Amino acid sequence: MTELIIKNGFVYDPLNRIDGEKMDISIRDGKIVESVKEKANGINASGMVVMPGGVDIHTHIAGGEVNSGRLLRPEDHVKDVEVKTALTRSGVGYSIPSTFTTGYRYSKMGYTTLMNPSMAPLEARHTHEELADIPMVDKAAYPLLGDWWFSLEHIRDGLIEENAAHIAWMLQATRGYAIKIVNPGGLEAWGFGRNVHSLDDVVPHFNITPREIIRGLCKVNRLLNLPHTIHVHTNNLGKPGNYVTAIETMKCVEDLAQGDKPVIHITHIQFCAFKGSDWSTLSSGAGEISKYVNNHNHVTLDMGQVIFSNTTTMTADGPFQYGLYNITGNKWVNHDVETETSGGIVPFKYKRSSAVHATQWSIGLEIALLIEDPWKILMTTDHPNGGPFTSYPKILAWLMSRAAREITLSKINKRARKKSLLPSIDRELSLYELAIVTRAGQAKALGLKPKGHLGVGADADVAIYNIDPQRLDISKEYKVARKAFKKAAFTIKDGEVVVKDGEIVKPVTGKTYWIDVSTSMPHEINDDIKKKFREYWTVEYENYPLPDSFIHSSFPIPVKAEV
Amino acid sequence: MAVITGVTCPVCGTFCDDIELIIENNVIVEARNACAMGAAKFLNYSAHRTKKPLIRKNGELVEVSMDEAVEKAAKILVDANYPLMYGWSNTSCEAIRTGLELGEEVGAVMDNTSTVCHGPSILSVQDVGIPSATLGQLRHRADLIIYWASNPWSAHPRHAERYTMFSDGRFEGSTWKSYLSRLRGVMSRKKIQRASNLVLKQDFCFTPQVEEGLPSSVHQKRRRTIVIDVRKTRTADAADCFFQVEPGTDYELLQALRVLVNDGELDVDEVAGIPIETLEQLADLLVNCKLGIIFFGLGLTMSKGKHRNIDAAINLTRDLNKRTKFLIMPMRGHYNVTGVNIVFTWQTGYPFAVDLSNGYPRYNPGETSAVDILSRDEADATMVIASDPVAHFPRAASKNIAKHPLIAIDPEVTPTTMLADVIIPPAFVGIEAEGTAYRMDHVPLPLKKVVEPPETCLSDQEILQRILQKVRELRRDMN
Ligand code: SF4
Ligand SMILES: [Zn+2]
Repeated sequence: MTELIIKNGFVYDPLNRIDGEKMDISIRDGKIVESVKEKANGINASGMVVMPGGVDIHTHIAGGEVNSGRLLRPEDHVKDVEVKTALTRSGVGYSIPSTFTTGYRYSKMGYTTLMNPSMAPLEARHTHEELADIPMVDKAAYPLLGDWWFSLEHIRDGLIEENAAHIAWMLQATRGYAIKIVNPGGLEAWGFGRNVHSLDDVVPHFNITPREIIRGLCKVNRLLNLPHTIHVHTNNLGKPGNYVTAIETMKCVEDLAQGDKPVIHITHIQFCAFKGSDWSTLSSGAGEISKYVNNHNHVTLDMGQVIFSNTTTMTADGPFQYGLYNITGNKWVNHDVETETSGGIVPFKYKRSSAVHATQWSIGLEIALLIEDPWKILMTTDHPNGGPFTSYPKILAWLMSRAAREITLSKINKRARKKSLLPSIDRELSLYELAIVTRAGQAKALGLKPKGHLGVGADADVAIYNIDPQRLDISKEYKVARKAFKKAAFTIKDGEVVVKDGEIVKPVTGKTYWIDVSTSMPHEINDDIKKKFREYWTVEYENYPLPDSFIHSSFPIPVKAEV
Repeated sequence: MAVITGVTCPVCGTFCDDIELIIENNVIVEARNACAMGAAKFLNYSAHRTKKPLIRKNGELVEVSMDEAVEKAAKILVDANYPLMYGWSNTSCEAIRTGLELGEEVGAVMDNTSTVCHGPSILSVQDVGIPSATLGQLRHRADLIIYWASNPWSAHPRHAERYTMFSDGRFEGSTWKSYLSRLRGVMSRKKIQRASNLVLKQDFCFTPQVEEGLPSSVHQKRRRTIVIDVRKTRTADAADCFFQVEPGTDYELLQALRVLVNDGELDVDEVAGIPIETLEQLADLLVNCKLGIIFFGLGLTMSKGKHRNIDAAINLTRDLNKRTKFLIMPMRGHYNVTGVNIVFTWQTGYPFAVDLSNGYPRYNPGETSAVDILSRDEADATMVIASDPVAHFPRAASKNIAKHPLIAIDPEVTPTTMLADVIIPPAFVGIEAEGTAYRMDHVPLPLKKVVEPPETCLSDQEILQRILQKVRELRRDMN
């Protein structure tokens, strides 16, 4: 029985409505408990901020596309290397760090749970092999299911319950956590080099529309009682004028909401909040998007904030990546996956001097600040699409400090600066709100019960930062806060101190979460899938699902479906 | 008797996973669905194997216990200043992961066989990227298949049947029937040729299609296959048409096609030995297909021009995407050479030629690649896993391997193992040990254990794990 007590910290635990109260946090055997014995090991956190471990709802850290990105960019690695130490493995960093480095760097910032949002089901084995080599954090992955032939056919034919059962099978087969939808219908069309351009475009050969796919999978999600909502990357991503598509996407499931529970998560919203008819007239759709979200409770978002940096874009949105390649002429990887999805990679540099890039930078922050309820908008960069996750402390500084925003604003493209809504926004997020957008809100949107809070029974994943809220005005001294968020004073994972003063002191491996849905018709499903297997894929049925023994520290979350 | 289905074949990059094995008394007696190459492996793998660890003592290889061999291997690695660990494309990803950990521990240079096969292709990908797909995508959709300087008929025998011309997909079907009727034509021509040889004592010369332009069959609304190569292969016989390029002119041909598909004009009569009119027709074919794919082989990667050739081929593919959908894929040889690039990349950021001697990954092919390090005689010890560099490297490099301590983890007797100071024969992964490997299109599949290994054999992964442990012990004792 190992015990630990964190003493006298200022605790920010929004899920339990604790806002900077000075209190002790007791830990026993990896869980938060009421109290521990006197002689328990203690951490003196006086003058420091104590928060639940950071949670990232959307970060590309493992699997086929991430690794092709690594292979594509030796020039990205050379300047940023990690030397092997007695405790840690070596690696490379910058925009797409190697696996070990990814785990260490997140942990050093106080993060403890990561969601890999893009997993081609056929290549799930690859994703999980890499996740096993990412130390320090718990993790999970979302299989790409929006263009899966079974989804398209079932939903077209009105077979929602069948589709639900098939998706339950798929979550188990790929050890997945949530239903990921990327440019619904567009990826199937991309198989022949085409795309869809609105929610009501018909997907070639399948006679179904993106609207039907989204609604269908939203219903499936509900039937399966999945902890997270459908996780959607909208149609028309990255195109001027696409804020309309984003709003229509949210609207199209409005009637499927039950009470105040969200039914859709729109990811990296910044990339779908473009107003204007072309690049030269590009402006911010943040006002419209925020207005909609402020008036509706069925949706959560994450930012997809842009950082001025040289990064690597990667999504399952093959046609979008192709478009990016056309704009930049950069190197380009495309990877279409039979029966399921596609994917692309293009290196990309966001420049302050570019009107478009600077507007994108502004849009991300505008949305985060204009949406009143922080539980609805979570902090991400869509790593590495908007920029590498190591830039998170910069984003926090922009969110907590008007002054920080003004400094950057003064350095960006003039035209973008003139159009930016940021000068009109005074809001500065408090530590309590920052805790929501980086952990509590993320865990809540994910339905990940033991994470994102410090109540009794929660996993003892804790981050302690060297910020004294009684002395430090983070809005003015954002640089100090930024530094503190970059290097956690302590990171505690499952009750053990794993990072001290921003350095790894104990390497640990994390759990792999997946959703184990029980349905009433597993056998029929197996027969149906078996029958079509050789027709649809080039691998054998028996080699497709991952055996549990393959999953590193497998941690199934049992869920009972309505079908 | 037991039947085991869904077995993957640990031989070539086609990595078929539909093999059915019949096992009797721990022996594979039949391998259904496998091609001759695959069957030969399953049925004969154990014929000439080493079963017990060996160490060279006073010039003689003598049998030793596993512990002694492991200790000796560990000692060699600990004593070396700049060890090289090479091979990896014929083992499991699990073994490669452990291998990298060991390499990092001893500060080794980690390199794999792609350094001498598709290395130039990888450098091209790092230059320009690559538009590609999984093989099933091509089975379902490709209506134009090009094998360029690759001959799957002999190197990837089931590639065409499983993924391309003879496979059935959702939008495109097998062209088996039209092949059969063409085959009959070829047969009768061959008969004429044989007769002409006998009667006229000279070759009957039947005009190759290319000289008359393209055969009408390539304009049909079905899947079509084109072979481009320096010589007419069995694959070319099966294709709808064949273009013979003069050796060493692939680059010119690729560049000419780029000009043509971009609507440019060429002011010459022929390129690479092919008349310009024919090339124009070929360019039309490329532009007008629904989905085209180029499979290229070592003939393109290793011929004059090397990575320039691949750059040109990928750039042609990029250009074609302005007009239609076009993809490209290297025909990877060893069953897990794709996997070794993948694992190297996720752990170190780089796919091959990774120097860990400074405590962090450094990558500079041409400097940090096995052949170069050996040619400069810098490696003062070498560990080889499931590979035979002594037979395949340039003479100078092989000679230098032999000069220094050499560890071989390999069940087979090869020129490399014959020179080794320590030989640790492992269980055959994919037959006697399980694991993971990646098909040439990056699809991961399980390697299966279908029979028990000899009692004296551990898997590659276990052997590497033991060496790693021993290395750490020796290090601890030294401090
Ligand atoms: S084609 Fe290759 S993988 Fe398939 S059976 Fe033959 S040797 Fe084995
Ligand atoms: Zn993303």
